[in-house]
Amino acid sequence: MRCKKLFIQGARVVDPSANIDGEFDVLIEDGFIKAVGQQCVFDKRTDINTINASGKILVPGLCDIHTHLREPGFEWKETIQSGCETAISGGFTSLVCMPNTNPIIDNAQVVKFILDKGYEQNLCEIFPLGSISLGELGEQMSPMLELKEAGCVGFSDDGKPVMSALLLRKAMEYSLMLETTLALHEEDKELSNCGSMHEGLHSLKLGLKGIPGAAEDAIIARDIEIARLTGARVHICHLSSKRSVQLVKRAKEDGIKVTAEVTPHNLSFIDSDIGWFNTAFKMNPPLRSIEDREALLEGLVSGIIDCVASDHAPHDSDSKNKEFDQASFGVIGLQTTLPVMMELVRQKHITLKRAIAALTCDARKVFNLPSVKIVAGAKANLTLIDPHLNFTLNDYSNRSKSCNSPFWERSFQGSACLTIVNGQIAFEAAGEVEPQVANYR
Amino acid sequence: MKHCGEKLGQHLLGIAGLSKEQIAYYLDTAETFLEVGTRSVKKVPTLRGKTIVNMFLEDSTRTRTSFEIAGKRLSADTVNISSKGSSMNKGETLIDTAVTLQCMQPDAVVMRHASSGSPHLLASYLTDTAIINAGDGLHEHPTQALLDALTVRKALGRLNDLVVTFVGDAYRSRVFRSDKILLETLGSKVRLIAPPTIAKNEFKDLGVEVFFDMESGLKGSDVVVSLRMKHEYLNDCFVPSLSEYSRRFCITENLLAKYCPDCIVLAPGPFVRGTEISSEVIDGNRSFYTDQVAHGVAVRMAVLYLHTIGKEVSYEV
Amino acid sequence: METKLLLKAEDGWKKIFEPDQIVRSITRIAHEILENNKGGVDLAIVGVRTRGEFLAERLVGKIKEIENIDIPLGIVDITLYRDDLAHTPEQPIVRGTVLPFNVDHMVIVLVDDVLFTGRTVRAAIDAIIDFGRPRKVQLAVLCDRGHRELPIRADYVGKNISTMRADKIQVLLSERDGEDAIYKKEAKTNNN
Repeated sequence: MRCKKLFIQGARVVDPSANIDGEFDVLIEDGFIKAVGQQCVFDKRTDINTINASGKILVPGLCDIHTHLREPGFEWKETIQSGCETAISGGFTSLVCMPNTNPIIDNAQVVKFILDKGYEQNLCEIFPLGSISLGELGEQMSPMLELKEAGCVGFSDDGKPVMSALLLRKAMEYSLMLETTLALHEEDKELSNCGSMHEGLHSLKLGLKGIPGAAEDAIIARDIEIARLTGARVHICHLSSKRSVQLVKRAKEDGIKVTAEVTPHNLSFIDSDIGWFNTAFKMNPPLRSIEDREALLEGLVSGIIDCVASDHAPHDSDSKNKEFDQASFGVIGLQTTLPVMMELVRQKHITLKRAIAALTCDARKVFNLPSVKIVAGAKANLTLIDPHLNFTLNDYSNRSKSCNSPFWERSFQGSACLTIVNGQIAFEAAGEVEPQVANYR
Repeated sequence: MKHCGEKLGQHLLGIAGLSKEQIAYYLDTAETFLEVGTRSVKKVPTLRGKTIVNMFLEDSTRTRTSFEIAGKRLSADTVNISSKGSSMNKGETLIDTAVTLQCMQPDAVVMRHASSGSPHLLASYLTDTAIINAGDGLHEHPTQALLDALTVRKALGRLNDLVVTFVGDAYRSRVFRSDKILLETLGSKVRLIAPPTIAKNEFKDLGVEVFFDMESGLKGSDVVVSLRMKHEYLNDCFVPSLSEYSRRFCITENLLAKYCPDCIVLAPGPFVRGTEISSEVIDGNRSFYTDQVAHGVAVRMAVLYLHTIGKEVSYEV
Repeated sequence: METKLLLKAEDGWKKIFEPDQIVRSITRIAHEILENNKGGVDLAIVGVRTRGEFLAERLVGKIKEIENIDIPLGIVDITLYRDDLAHTPEQPIVRGTVLPFNVDHMVIVLVDDVLFTGRTVRAAIDAIIDFGRPRKVQLAVLCDRGHRELPIRADYVGKNISTMRADKIQVLLSERDGEDAIYKKEAKTNNN
């Protein structure tokens, strides 16, 4: 049964946006946070669901700003329903979905379809991006005003770069009027030249065509200059190279309105992890060298890279069980993003506060999404993390319709044990938070 | 026994991972098969009743013919499949084609494919069949490396402490990759002479000595290998034209006589006379390309033989 | 290269043929071959790898001693002609066949150490016939232990040994094993 009141007792509450880090009790009533306090003595009535959360970490609901929901058009890979279920079981209460569906999100009808579907699911918040160019063809601007009015929070041609500098300039200028952000997939298609992995020693050994880091860097440099020219707000998707981090750093120092994200897989793996042609490690941008990986991690720690995004890109096994150069790019990641970050925290590569900021407030800022805080009066979208909870992505735990993950069967320690959306428990890790959860006082 | 404990794996997917002893096992066996090719009846009954499928999903004449002759000399039944006539053209995936084939119980599938790693993919699906890689994308071409090695061993008497210099498009050469691993395993040095559009920095990381000119690259070479300059696709050219390439990189007798007078010359693929290599060299005494072709059949016989026999449970005879 | 065989008495191996007996057998067989083949016209001796090879060498030497003629010597490797290839768990080693003469119209004496099932001889005959059409093929063996599985018979035999099917017979030759002898191991004493 659903219960109107929820009392989370004794959790370590971490909310970087409100600068909170300490042990607090949180009372949730009617979908909102009613009170946050130490050793609160509330009026204990029978309809309060009390959760003993000592040893656990309560954070604002996580937000993934780079998800491919695949619906409409590719429902066998993922649907809005399965994508949302995957998101909440990974601790996410909000997600931003990419427009490369079929049809492309380049008109209000598709936006409405997605928002309606999302509303029906009532699992997590969905914020769609519209495409920059009509049909993501890179030829003509999409109706950005119509899309914004229909509910798009930003624009992207993700999956493809905007190869025309002129079109991008116009889109950036137009975006000023809409006060919105353009999220850019940065790849010079000519330099990447049909490559299927990072260009380096390993691609040479495997005889696979390489995508040089410069394919990304060159276009980032170009787009930063166009952003400088136009004054538009741009977000650089999935950084993968060391040089790209330096370019973003310099742009930020120059006062250009640029933000950037990095994926958990680029923080975890390098090109040689592909092994003998394992297509679960094929994604775009590709896994790069050890120096690149270290620079990405440093960039995330220092804040040059604002946030972590999953780039959750489901593909059915038929698109993946193929010759390496013919297999689809992309990996799923909604359920492993938080475990990867918790692992980095445990290994002391990054502080908990910074890791949480990268998954919450700093991610939301990119598209100016409504903020989620753990303060009295705020909407109760919360994630409870158990730092000791074991998580392994496998046939039993996977909620996505696809299973193309490089983390498949890898065990993690630290995962979401409870996801609260609008004051209701949307996800509860099986068997781990018992028996207190069901304990009504 | 000489080769005890050096049992070969089920498949031959590449030279990578083979030990010195395993390579010697292939070469020793191949050397004995050379004799079969000199007989008037060029056939032994060894693989009678075995079925070998030559699945060539990328155009090939010499490798396919070589494998077919090798199979027939061992009395195996050989079946050829090419991409043009197969269901692959009708949209069937590689895995489905292979699984269908497996149901017909071939003893070996010889596979040529344009995608690097495709034999590895197949190997995870075909459990009862030996997969012989006959060239996968830009990745490996193990039987070619073995026949090159046999040629060098017969000509120079050894495969260690040699300086082997490749000239040409090593980047798009699976032969180079397999040759390089083999030579390194046996203790020889590999050099590359090519324009920098081909000889990228990664080659140095790979342990290859890189030269942009013939003079310094050829000096002290024991073996010079001419690699084909693929020039079919205009958008993927590494040099402005083949004639410009030949100004600097053509292997000529003058250069060889001056910088490595005792070297032998191999040409593993089709070559362009006068552009990649001069006629004087290719028709001269240092050239072993005709031997390579003959050795190719013997090496493939050895590979087919070693990978198709001895699968069932033994009984006392 | 080749590991030497160690046949120990405690394992049940018993020497049944001494070095001088082997020498005498070879001398006798050489005489018989010459007698049967009119002094060695068109004659060639072909040993079956590996021990038949050394016996063939000895026979050629002995014939040279007796008649002062050079008989061509060949070696045949039966690996490629075996009928049990599909069943061997090992990947056998091929050493190759060497027949440095034209086989057509020759009288070929095949030489092997032990004649048992007859399968090796069948394979050796097939191998030789792939090289041409000999006028006649004869068979010389150092010992015949019976238990044939094919209709094959030796023309020249050093010693007939009666055995059980499961007994083991092992010929040792000094060229390979450092000793000339024939050993027998009876199945019933097999403790393994």
